Parts: sequence; C-alpha cells; structure tokens
Amino acid sequence: MTDSPAATVSLTVNGSATTVTGDPGTPLLHVLRNELGMSGPRYGCGVGLCGACFVLLDGAAAPACDTPLWSVEGRTVVTVEGLAEGEDLHPLQQAFLDEQAAQCAFCVSGVLVSAAALLAEKPTPSEGEVVEALDRNLCRCGVQRRMVRAVLRAAEQ
Amino acid sequence: MTARLGAADPDRPAPQAPDATTPKDVAANPRLSTWVRVDGDGCVHVQGGKVELGQGILTALTQLAADELDLPVDRVRVHGATTAGGPDEGPTAGSMSVADSGAAVRAACAHLRRLLDTAAADGVPAAEVDLDVDIDVSLPARKPAEGGLTGISVPRVDLPDKVRGRARFIQDLVLPGQLWGQVVRPPSPAARLASLDTAGVEALPGVVAVVHDGSFLGVVCADERRADVAAESLLAAAAWEENATLPDRADLTTYLRDGPVTTFDVDVSGEPDDVAPQVRKLAATYTRPFLAHASMSPSCGLARWSDDGTAVHVWSHSQNVFGLRRAVAAALGVAPDTVQVEHAEGAGAYGHNGADDAAFDAVLLARAVPGRPVHVRWRRADELSWSPFGSAMAVDIGVCLSSEGRMVCWESDVWSQGHTSRPGYAGSPGLLAGAHVEGGAPLPDPVDPPPERGAGSTRNAIPGYRVPVRRIRGHRRQDAALRTSSLRTLGAYGNVFAIESMVDEAADCAGADPLDFRLAHLDDDRARAVLQAVADHVGWAGRPREGDVGWGLGYARYKAKGAYCAVVAEVEAVSDIRVRRLTLAVDVGRVVNPDGVRSQIEGGAVQSTSWTLKEQVTFDRTRITSVDWETYPILRFSETPEVEVLLLDRPELPSVGSGEAAQGPTAGAIANAVAAAVGVRVRDLPITPERVVAAMEA
Repeated sequence: MTDSPAATVSLTVNGSATTVTGDPGTPLLHVLRNELGMSGPRYGCGVGLCGACFVLLDGAAAPACDTPLWSVEGRTVVTVEGLAEGEDLHPLQQAFLDEQAAQCAFCVSGVLVSAAALLAEKPTPSEGEVVEALDRNLCRCGVQRRMVRAVLRAAEQ
Repeated sequence: MTARLGAADPDRPAPQAPDATTPKDVAANPRLSTWVRVDGDGCVHVQGGKVELGQGILTALTQLAADELDLPVDRVRVHGATTAGGPDEGPTAGSMSVADSGAAVRAACAHLRRLLDTAAADGVPAAEVDLDVDIDVSLPARKPAEGGLTGISVPRVDLPDKVRGRARFIQDLVLPGQLWGQVVRPPSPAARLASLDTAGVEALPGVVAVVHDGSFLGVVCADERRADVAAESLLAAAAWEENATLPDRADLTTYLRDGPVTTFDVDVSGEPDDVAPQVRKLAATYTRPFLAHASMSPSCGLARWSDDGTAVHVWSHSQNVFGLRRAVAAALGVAPDTVQVEHAEGAGAYGHNGADDAAFDAVLLARAVPGRPVHVRWRRADELSWSPFGSAMAVDIGVCLSSEGRMVCWESDVWSQGHTSRPGYAGSPGLLAGAHVEGGAPLPDPVDPPPERGAGSTRNAIPGYRVPVRRIRGHRRQDAALRTSSLRTLGAYGNVFAIESMVDEAADCAGADPLDFRLAHLDDDRARAVLQAVADHVGWAGRPREGDVGWGLGYARYKAKGAYCAVVAEVEAVSDIRVRRLTLAVDVGRVVNPDGVRSQIEGGAVQSTSWTLKEQVTFDRTRITSVDWETYPILRFSETPEVEVLLLDRPELPSVGSGEAAQGPTAGAIANAVAAAVGVRVRDLPITPERVVAAMEA
C-alpha cells in the first residue's frame, strides 16, 4: 500500500454536489466522516461484512468502508443523515423510535439505510422480505426482531 | 513500566456504609455536589458514575431522578461518568447499575428536592442553592404508590440522536488539532518483536510519529487514511518471533483440567449418609468454548497530554473511568491525579472488552505528540483477537435420584479460567499495551470476583433447586493461555446451561415432565411463578411431541439473588438448528422502565441464542484464527427468533438488573429443545448441526 497521486472526485452527498480531493484509495467512509463532517456511517469492520457503514449509493445499500473514493465519481450518496428532512424524521427513523428498536444503536445507521433501500423499491414488503433486506447487517445487542417490526410499521404509513 | 497496584483490590475504594440505609455509593461519595447541580438552564444535572452501554441506564437514572425531583424527564440531564469531580461508583457491571446508582441518585435527588423546596419558599434562585453538603439519607424517597414515573416506559433519551446518525459515540469525537493513531499488534498472543526497520514508514507522507517500545508499535498520522496506510507499512516492516502457547482447541476440557488449578468449595451441605437408597445415578460433562465480545465497533480511545507532558486527559468507553485512571497511572508510574478519564459512549459493551486497552494505546501514542489529541480506533481483527474473551468452561455434574424420582444429591466440578482481569483488578494494571512495552508488567492471570460479588467461574454453579446433599467445587486454572475477563454473566451462562441440561436429563430419567420436575424441586414462590407463567402462556402441557420441532425449558435466578427468569424455547431441527421462538417470564422486582427491561431481556435472549448456536473463538497452537465476521459468525436477522417477554411486576420488592438474567436460562432451554426435537443430547456448546449429527451417530 503506497500513497497514490491525489484524485479529485465529484459526487452528490445528501443532495449537495461536492468535490473531494484525496488519495483515490481512501474509503468513502473516511471521506464522509472526516472530510464531509458526517457521523452516521460508522466503521465496524472495514471490509463490508457488518453493514454499520452502509450508505445508499445510487439508491442501493452499499458499504462505504469498502468503496474507494475513485469509484464514486459522478455518483449519488445518501447517508442516514440524508433520510430525515430537516427536523422531520424519515418514517423509518420515527418507527425505530416508536418501537424503541435499538440498544447501543451503533448498527442502526446501516440498518436504516438497508431498510430505506428496500422501501424505495418495495413500499409494502412482507416480513420475509424485510428480514432478507436486513440480513447483510449485523446487530450484536439482539434487537433484530424490533427492527423488523419497525420497518413493517414504517411501511404501513 | 513495572509499577504495580497495591495487593488489596483497587477496583473500588471499599467504603464502609455507616448504616444499612445509606446506599453504598453515597457512603463512598457523600457530597451532594458530586451528584447533582442546578444550572441556569432550568435543568437539574445529575452526574452519575455509571455509563451507558446501550442498556439504557441513562434513561433509567433520568427517570428515577425526575421522579424524586417531581420534574418532567426533559428537565433532567444525566451525564456520563468522569474522574473530574464525578462519583466513583466502580465498574458498570454485574447488573448492579439500577440497584446501586439508582439508590444513590434517588437519595441525592430526595435531598436536592428538599433544598429546592426550601429555596423556593425563601425566594432563593435554584442555581444559588449550596450543594456542598453531605447527602442526608434520612429523607424519605418517594414510594411507587405516590405515582410518578416508576413503572412507565419512558423512551430512551439517547435514541433520537442515534437514529439520526448524530455524533454521540466516542468514534465521532473530533478534538481541535486531532491526529490519528493506529497500533500494529503482534500476530499472536505470545509473539515478540524480533526486528523492525522504521525508516520507510517515517518517510511516508502524513506520518507525524512512529512509536516503538518493546513489542508495542504504532503510528501517529495527520489523518485516518494515512494512519491506515502507515500501519500496513509498519506491519510489513516488522518481524516477529512467535511461540506456540495456545491449547489444543479440540480438547479444551483437558486443557482446563490439566493445568495448575486453584480448587475451592462452593457449597458443601448435607450429609451423604442421610441420602435414602438411590435408584439411579447420572453423570455428564457440559462445555462451553471461549467467546468473544464481538461488539459492533472496534474499541476506540483518545488521549491528549499537556504541553509539558505532566498530565494526560483520556476519553474512553471504559466501564470504569476511575479504575482506568488508576491503571493508567500505575502503568506509567505517575500519580493518579495527573490522569483524567472522561467517559464517551461506545457501541454495546458486554463486559471487559478492549475499551481500556484502546484508551491506553492512545495514551502511549499521544505521549509522542504533547499537546495534540490522538484518536485511536482498533481494526476488526484486533477487536476479535485482542479484546479479552469469556472463558471456556467444563462442568461435570453427577446427580442421584431417589426411588421417588427426586434429586437427592448433586455433585459438580466447574473447570474454568478466571472470569475477570479488569484493569487493576488482579493486582497489575492489566492494560494490553502495558504488557507489550519494554519491561512492561505481563497481563495478570484472570481471577474471579469473590462470592459476595457473585463469584466468577462458579457464578450460578449452585442449582436453585432443593437438593439435600450438595458438593459443588470450582477449579480455576491459575495461568491463562488466552486472555479472559468479564463477559456478560461470567460463568453463569455455562453453569446454567449445564445445570438446566442435567435437570432435563434427570427428569427424563425419572420419567417426569420437565416442568413438573422443576416445580417439585422449587420452594421459592417467585421461582415457581416465572416457570408457571411461561408454561401457561405457551401451553406447555400441549406442546408438540413429534416431528422436527422440540420445546425446551430453562430456568435460573441470576447470581441467586438477582432476577428470576424462565424460558421456553421452540426449536426446529431439520438440516439446520433453528430457534423459532423464545418466550421468557421474568421477575426483576419493582420494574422501573418496563420496555427497558423487555429490551434487555430480549437482547440477552437473542445474544445467548447466538452464543449457543454459533459462536466459538478459534485458534491454532499459535494464533487466534477467528478474526472477522466470517471466522467469528454471529446470529443474523434471518436466524433471529421471535422473542416474547412476560414481566411479573413486584412493586413492593427492590429492583434488580435485567441485562444478565436471560442468557443462562435461554441456553438451557435451547439445549433441551434440541434434545426434544432430535432425541439425542448435545452437551458441548455451540450446538451445531455437526454436533447433532455426531451425537446421533454416537
């Protein structure tokens, strides 16, 4: 691993056009957290196996930790911060509060992103479809069933 | 780095309560101003000594404080632990937070309420009330009958920020002038650095410092990306001498039995001669493997030394900020008051994980750059291989059944490594990097908390059932091939799994129903009530007895003085072992926050399902090999059972913790359900399809 010449990459993050200059191998996660001031996408494993860093990349849930800066030129990124509209929570976020579907909540950003991707594609999913959509996310505190209920509750609204 | 702490347990200041009515944390921290302050913002600020681990303690304490103060919840702010003026309440552990901190916060707030009432009557502004007084514990706390918030499911105060992804975790802390550190750990527990050439790393762009002290290696860089790159480069520049010090993973029972062990009696009662003629004797050995905390975030720590290098400020998700302060001071050979530790929330913590170690890593790296804060975030592999593990255990149990089908003697031997090596606990700092630096003190061998604090290896080793003759012994390995410490429930998970498995085997031998058999051996009404409640709710008597589905029962009272919990597991065994549903009945005394208790019980039951079906730390004779989510898989959404919790509220009885009530009984219930489904018993955790097949072929 060596330092490559800096790359300048243009992308859209939570609706805003942004230009980032840096080592092209820098994970999108570091860019979002350290350059663009986000805290929602979280570092969990660094290799895309836990879902804590998931963001919507052109609408699909993808691991920001495993997505290099060079690969996001011209793409659209939505983080958990981009789900709410100002003070108005996304129905999923409200449903997670209504169900108290979190303990430590470290995984919640990524779970919400996976759920948002599902509901965008399938507004009224079955319980099995919710479980399948969240199966790439890990939760260690054991809140999985509450989260599934919360997604189903959000879908009803 | 050879300073050692005193021989006495330095984990707590060991206060003596002046009388039975003084909460022990008030006795240790008597000044009212330590606990509460009133600011001009119209809020009462409570400075607790316990920390949020995802268990909701901030919410429970907010609720208790608001109750005592007669204030709405949003006018009370509970702050995380700090050594800078906050109370020392020891570790946030052992399901004691609501009991200990709750009692102290209630007492402090009852006193504050009286002072505020008096001030209001005298026209004195609340913010000007003198709080520099000893807490008067004679003031009556409110009774639940007086209404208030107790028993109400107040929503978690920290979740609105967390569902928005707002900065709330230690990982989100960014301090002015912050640098990024990475540590390069040895490749195996006993490895030592053989050679290192740092020239290449030092020449990399963005590298501010390379730290090399014995086998402790790290970099301090301008940004996180450069720290990652420099750490890779440093790893490549290091050569290690490794040693095959790990036991044979295929035979951990022999490892646990054959080493130097400390043997101790846990319960020797009844006279064997008194036992009526026995018709049957059963004996079996049950085992659990080493388990990892496997928190969703790798550990993290920040530190900043003063410009002159005489004091250090630390931010940590430690469970014990005062313990960490003392350990850091001891490891550095400096006075404790030169070290300040402030708690910052981390991802879920289930015991003594890498939090304290990561904080000390930050201290060592930041020492190279005085005046600059250094942020250290472990990598996943470090978290899974260097955080302490929960110890493997082997539990031998022998039971005699009378001709009436009653258990009349119970003999057991528990073999385990120790279950705690928290910083400072076992007599040396107990910080990972402290063992890697040149001349550093080796990590202490893990020990067990004393029986009055719930024991460790033998926590819950005494069955809660009426058995007249008992011979229960513990055997703790004095040395530890793998670093172990507190993991949720300590030994109780393994012991309750073993006891509940054996009770089902004994019931089967006696030709009795598992529920009837348990009830016939239980005198405690609260124990009987949780069993009866869960059995009635699921329709135990009418459970399926054929096909691939099995139901199993598990029960325990945590630490024999905590929460009562009975579980029915419904398991389907076809090509895989699938827990479809768990139903739990729980008695935690007075319920402060019903949904908080449900959430803790659900989470405990699901985490136990994960341990029971999937988890084991793997290693060869030299290296830990479970280093990522593929080699240390945990329960996924698609594998998570439906969980239903029945709360038996006891408003007249003291509250006890709920975070560790469910794990042991859930493991017992799953094991018994698997046995019911497949007709053979698996006595070794995790219960995998391979083990079921092996048991069928045996």
